[in-house]
Amino acid sequence: MSSTRPVSSLPSSAATAGPARFTPGVHGGLIVGIVLVALVILAAVVSLVWTPHDPYATNAAIRLAGPSSSHLLGTDPLGRDVLSQTMVGARITLYVGLVSVGIGLVVGVPAGIWAAMRGGWVSTVFMTGSDILLAFPGLLLAIVLGAAFGASTTTAMVALGIASIPAFARVARSGALRVLSQDYVLAARVANRSGWAIARDHVLPNIAGMVIVQASVSYALAVLAEAGLSFMGLGTAPPTPSWGRMLATGQQFLGSHDYLAVVPGVAIAVAVLGLNLLGDGLRDVMDPRLKQVGDE
Amino acid sequence: MTTYFLRALGKLLGTLLIASVLIFLILRVMPGDAATVALGINATPDALEAWREAHGTNSPLIAQYVTWMGGILHLDFGTSFVTGRALTPLILDRVQVTLIIVGLGMVLALLAAIPLGTLAAVKHRSPLGVGIAGASQIGVALPSFLVGVLLVGLFAVRLGWLPSGGWMPPAYDFSEFLRRVTLPVLALATVQTAVMTRYIRSAVLEVMREDFLRTARAGGSTWNRALVRHGLRNAAVPIVTVVGVQLASMLIGAVVIERVFVVPGIGSMLVDAVGQRDLQAVQGIVMVLVTIVVVLNIAVDLLYMVLDPRIRLRESS
Repeated sequence: MSSTRPVSSLPSSAATAGPARFTPGVHGGLIVGIVLVALVILAAVVSLVWTPHDPYATNAAIRLAGPSSSHLLGTDPLGRDVLSQTMVGARITLYVGLVSVGIGLVVGVPAGIWAAMRGGWVSTVFMTGSDILLAFPGLLLAIVLGAAFGASTTTAMVALGIASIPAFARVARSGALRVLSQDYVLAARVANRSGWAIARDHVLPNIAGMVIVQASVSYALAVLAEAGLSFMGLGTAPPTPSWGRMLATGQQFLGSHDYLAVVPGVAIAVAVLGLNLLGDGLRDVMDPRLKQVGDE
Repeated sequence: MTTYFLRALGKLLGTLLIASVLIFLILRVMPGDAATVALGINATPDALEAWREAHGTNSPLIAQYVTWMGGILHLDFGTSFVTGRALTPLILDRVQVTLIIVGLGMVLALLAAIPLGTLAAVKHRSPLGVGIAGASQIGVALPSFLVGVLLVGLFAVRLGWLPSGGWMPPAYDFSEFLRRVTLPVLALATVQTAVMTRYIRSAVLEVMREDFLRTARAGGSTWNRALVRHGLRNAAVPIVTVVGVQLASMLIGAVVIERVFVVPGIGSMLVDAVGQRDLQAVQGIVMVLVTIVVVLNIAVDLLYMVLDPRIRLRESS
């Protein structure tokens, strides 16, 4: 889960591009990202009330049936409908991402703001803690916690959430440091406003954009990590459908039933591509100073 | 500079010390008794007690930690709780396999990404540049294990050109090693190529705007010559550091890739140890992986200083 590091190492045009440019109008990548993510959300929401077939119902008579009019994406080795399973899998994917990003947000953002406001030893302890957490990439932490508490969706979510805390905290801290140096914060301090009020009214609204961008990056990483864990049998336990495990099953039937690997593979790629494009697009729209050079 | 190195060394040791305590504690809260897991539920109380005595799991936590840590400092990871074999040679053997795959994957990715990223930057307004940027955006969204599965489907199952998995140490049979290492390395390299192409494109675009390049051009240098002589050298600073960070992420990504290709690396050893609830092995393997990640992270910070004197000056002021 180190990908937050390279993002910050990317040469941004902030230093050389002069005044910030805001280019309203259509942002192609953002729109594609929104459409792809909406597709996944739609599949997940619809699966709550309707799926073409019962995603858990096994039927030996129709096992490994290729795509047909009754089973649009075919059936798996147990005769379960692949489309229905993929739809429920979308729910699991979104759920894991939502909870893990939630943990990162709820813990990381206040910690980062607090460290920025207090400075001194609090800041030092904060940076050290976040360095130590960085030593545990999400996937590794999920495997370790899985070893200790048993592999499950919950363990994966908590592990990925904990692993995303440093990224949120660092984004919040650097954003807060910038806001705190502004004159209006000084004015609020002179007016004897409490630290809590300054954090709520000035810092939080001003760093919201950066935090939302980080959320989409962390969301994509969580989706990838969950798929990897389930692929290895260390994530969501059967019979709950998960894209990673569906892909692992598909690998065993390559050559004879390619759709079993292609369907979950495309689903994972669509979700991650959508979230990546959404994150890049939001970054460009919300904070044009961070826009990558040459993206114009 | 020396102060900075010393500070980095302190940070490295401090991080590893705290990480080791965390790993140790997380695995000790594991529900269930290690002796019962190792000997089975039918073991007699005497046998269980003897096992605990032999493996030291009945001594106080702090004593267990000190014994474990003391061993690691002498490169002794103890013995497996399940097989009873010494872990050190196994871990070293397995980590070598993983490092070979990750190293070759990164080399291949750079060989592809440097020309692709530079081309994408130089031609960033042409369809070629836009196409490379778009393709790398899609590549970044593909998990390497998915690429692995697709490669197996194409090259092993459909075309039958390469084996779908397994491993051969290079010292035994080099041509067979090449046949077996190709697909896992390609799987890792494909995704990394996409990631690195994006960074290289950004870095080259950034230097293309720099004044020194304009000065070189004004001095009579051709565009390509100026870019190679001055541009790439400056673009290298962020790229080299990204390589370090990406190596750490590839190392962890290799855990899943080893599963796809049944490669006996450190990742598959970890997953097996988790499956067998082999506490001692999990502890040792995670410590090795965390150490590599921390060393890479700190090396990146240091490298950044060494390569770019401006950052060094800013830090020291």
